[in-house]
Amino acid sequence: MKIHIKNGRLIDAKHGIDTIQDIFIAKGKIVSIGTAPDDFQASRVIDADSLIVCAGLVDLSVRLREPGFEYKATLESEMDAVVAGGVTSIACPPDTDPPLDEPGLVEMLKYRAKNLNLAHVYPIGALTQGLKGERLTEMAELNDAGCVVFGQPDGLLTDLRVLMQAMRYASTFGFSVWLRPQEISLTSDGVAHDGEVATRLGLPVVPVCAETVALSNIILLAKETGVRVHLCRISSAEGVAMIRAAKQQGVAITCDVSINHLHLSDMDIGFFDSNCHLMPPLRGSSDRDALRNSFLDGTIDAICSDHTPVDEDAKLLPFGQSEVGATGVELLLPLTLKWGMEMRLPLLKVLAKVTSNPAEILGIDAGHLSVGSVADICIFDPDCYWKVTPSTILSQGKNTPFLGMELPGKVKYTLVNGHVIYEY
Amino acid sequence: MINKNPQLDENGILQHLLTTEGLPASLLLRILDTAESFVGVTERDVKKIPLLRGKSIFNLFFEPSTRTRTTFEIAAKRLSADVINLNIAVSAQSKGERLLDTVNNLSAMNADMFVVRHSQSGAAHLIANHVRSDIHVINAGDGSHAHPTQALLDMFTIRHYKKDFRNLSVAIIGDILHSRVARSQIHALTTLGVPEVRVIAPKTLLPKMVERLGVHVYHDMAKGLRNIDVLMMLRLQNERMQGANLPSPEEYFKYYGLTPEKLSLARRNAIVMHPGPMNRGVEIDSSVADGKQSVILPQVTFGIAVRMAVMSILAGN
Amino acid sequence: MQLPDAEVLYKDLEEKIRVDCDKDTALIGIHTGGAWLAERLHHALGITQPLGTLDVSFYRDDFDKVGLHSEVKRSTIPFEVEGAHIILVDDVLNTGRTVRAAINEMFDYGRPARISLATLVDRGGRELPIAAKYTAIELTLPADKMLVLKREKSGKLSLVLHDKNLPE
Repeated sequence: MKIHIKNGRLIDAKHGIDTIQDIFIAKGKIVSIGTAPDDFQASRVIDADSLIVCAGLVDLSVRLREPGFEYKATLESEMDAVVAGGVTSIACPPDTDPPLDEPGLVEMLKYRAKNLNLAHVYPIGALTQGLKGERLTEMAELNDAGCVVFGQPDGLLTDLRVLMQAMRYASTFGFSVWLRPQEISLTSDGVAHDGEVATRLGLPVVPVCAETVALSNIILLAKETGVRVHLCRISSAEGVAMIRAAKQQGVAITCDVSINHLHLSDMDIGFFDSNCHLMPPLRGSSDRDALRNSFLDGTIDAICSDHTPVDEDAKLLPFGQSEVGATGVELLLPLTLKWGMEMRLPLLKVLAKVTSNPAEILGIDAGHLSVGSVADICIFDPDCYWKVTPSTILSQGKNTPFLGMELPGKVKYTLVNGHVIYEY
Repeated sequence: MINKNPQLDENGILQHLLTTEGLPASLLLRILDTAESFVGVTERDVKKIPLLRGKSIFNLFFEPSTRTRTTFEIAAKRLSADVINLNIAVSAQSKGERLLDTVNNLSAMNADMFVVRHSQSGAAHLIANHVRSDIHVINAGDGSHAHPTQALLDMFTIRHYKKDFRNLSVAIIGDILHSRVARSQIHALTTLGVPEVRVIAPKTLLPKMVERLGVHVYHDMAKGLRNIDVLMMLRLQNERMQGANLPSPEEYFKYYGLTPEKLSLARRNAIVMHPGPMNRGVEIDSSVADGKQSVILPQVTFGIAVRMAVMSILAGN
Repeated sequence: MQLPDAEVLYKDLEEKIRVDCDKDTALIGIHTGGAWLAERLHHALGITQPLGTLDVSFYRDDFDKVGLHSEVKRSTIPFEVEGAHIILVDDVLNTGRTVRAAINEMFDYGRPARISLATLVDRGGRELPIAAKYTAIELTLPADKMLVLKREKSGKLSLVLHDKNLPE
């Protein structure tokens, strides 16, 4: 399959390229940018006139809901959603049922995903067995099975000694550790940010200090153990300030924020909208503003969808009993573009947050357009606005706070390994 | 889509009573005025009127509360409605039936009104958003969020004894953090134009940014009770008396319990209210609860008239 | 159209009732027009039983159609209804439904010995078997018009016609 993408505006964040140029693809790889190689006979020509051609997006948190939660979503439905969102590589949190703590489970997931022939799937291995925070997993074995990084997504381990040792062990093999900073003992039954909205609605709270206390522990342990740490889903202005300070000290940390926290605050809960029941909780508008600005100096590195499809029944409950999470992989590009437009940032900088930066955090060769590299490409129309409705999103989970909104950026083509696997 | 105020329809007509927040003063006053005429009914020999004859009112109590349920039941019966009591805490929910399934099943039995009590904040909103459009929902207490009929009967009581809201100083005392009653009282008092609303509690029993609701925060009874016309005591739940919120009921009583000495710090003709049931010797001393400034029993009587008013206004809308 | 002078009608009604009044007679006025008339009659006829007023909102039969009236007044009957000789006073008698509601409400206070009805205007259009014993005038009016008694600050009474479907 030889593909010629012509007349597109090519944006490659990693190499700082933003120009109208053609791309030529053969045998799954980019063989030339600009002029056609000798004897290039395209079997397909894609006219990308007035469209943007960029590296396929890399999403640092997509829950495929397999194994264990197939009634909420299946690999098939969610992988369709992934490529419809222009996303070509995803990291999958280990909080499946059972958790991804054994090589066999990881191999099965990789195998099932590979057979679908859609996006690249990178399972995040469980840092501890059963994610219980007691015993380390066989990280090296899990790495052989396909886990590139290890994580503990349900907040900080209660036993700090186990966390320290897990970090040491991971650093032995050069694995990075992904943690969502949230101190469990300060969370208890909390479901909302400790602010005016929770006070009005009488909702139990997760204070900001649940994040900052955990961050403080993680940063100190990262210094102590020397492991590379990726901090998932930062939610507060104070958290951002701590990360900025730690980075200035040279601590090896990176961090991401979700599209939800980039655009929403606790005010959006309105009258108990369970689609806004997220974890960490949506925080105050000053927190949101701090998150939106934190990319300017590189404090936050990446934007992810934190895609969590939930079945409708689990959301049709009182706020505190409803299940946490929002569907979002198809909204990653539109909401990133929207943020960029509102911040008046050049597209080159904006797209880095969902292509080259997350690829680097995940440690994979992706998220850029270079001759010789794998042809994972997203072609989208930046001027096309579309309305988020249950029928316009492919994910089996229709739960998102953005339902009903008009968002910019419609993916027209998604290519993985040089094949067109999605077109609109 | 869920972000509109689900209590009022597009013409501002009351469809459900879920919270006192966001309701105009004119509507609150109309409920109080209507309740005034029902007080007349409750004082007659025949305490029943035919207004809601043939209507079915379901008391859906997902959290046990004999007291509140009984007052709603009496109110509905005095309006000649048929009342069906369901203590779902011990029936369907324990079998894992979904909240909305329970509601839909009962709607199919031609319900006209649901009176809902639930341990989760927002449960009444959820039900109101999903019931058939001709069914009215009254929130009889949801989690720590709201208890609007209690707040309205408190407003009725205050107006009865103090006549005018616009020159009063009111103090709400106790576990504000977990209290749905306190939240509904605060919204009702500020909407009705009470110029000074205070909350008095230790910091562990106050929610963050509570001052944004329009109240002044005090931690010391001696300061907080100065020049107060109305004292609204809150019930302290047993499980909160000792542990991470408070060290002991004894210490709480010593610093925040309403004793005759502390009451003497308020205005001389101040009235003392309590939503019940009381913990004597924890939040209130018996001599105050039974004293001449206490209006706790009239509150209960007025509560029936206020609930009759709410039910008949909703049923007619 | 030219409406009769309410003050003249009132005088007429007062004289008609006076003939039958004795020490046992009690008056109950229906809110609001009937209450104004009853108040005057009570004074003019020197009635010794205290004056009662009724707001029949809670007993109306159109609740399902129009809901609860927005300004419900408290009903007060400050005398023993059991065995009483009651003259029920209203301003305009039309369908008879208001009177039906008032009778029902009175019975929830007790069993009167006798109830008679006095009304300033009888405009016909009865939907229930109800008749006034005392009435000042019978008028035929267009069905889409509503006849309302007004009271000025000075206490002077007058009759006004409204379109039925328009708010006052």
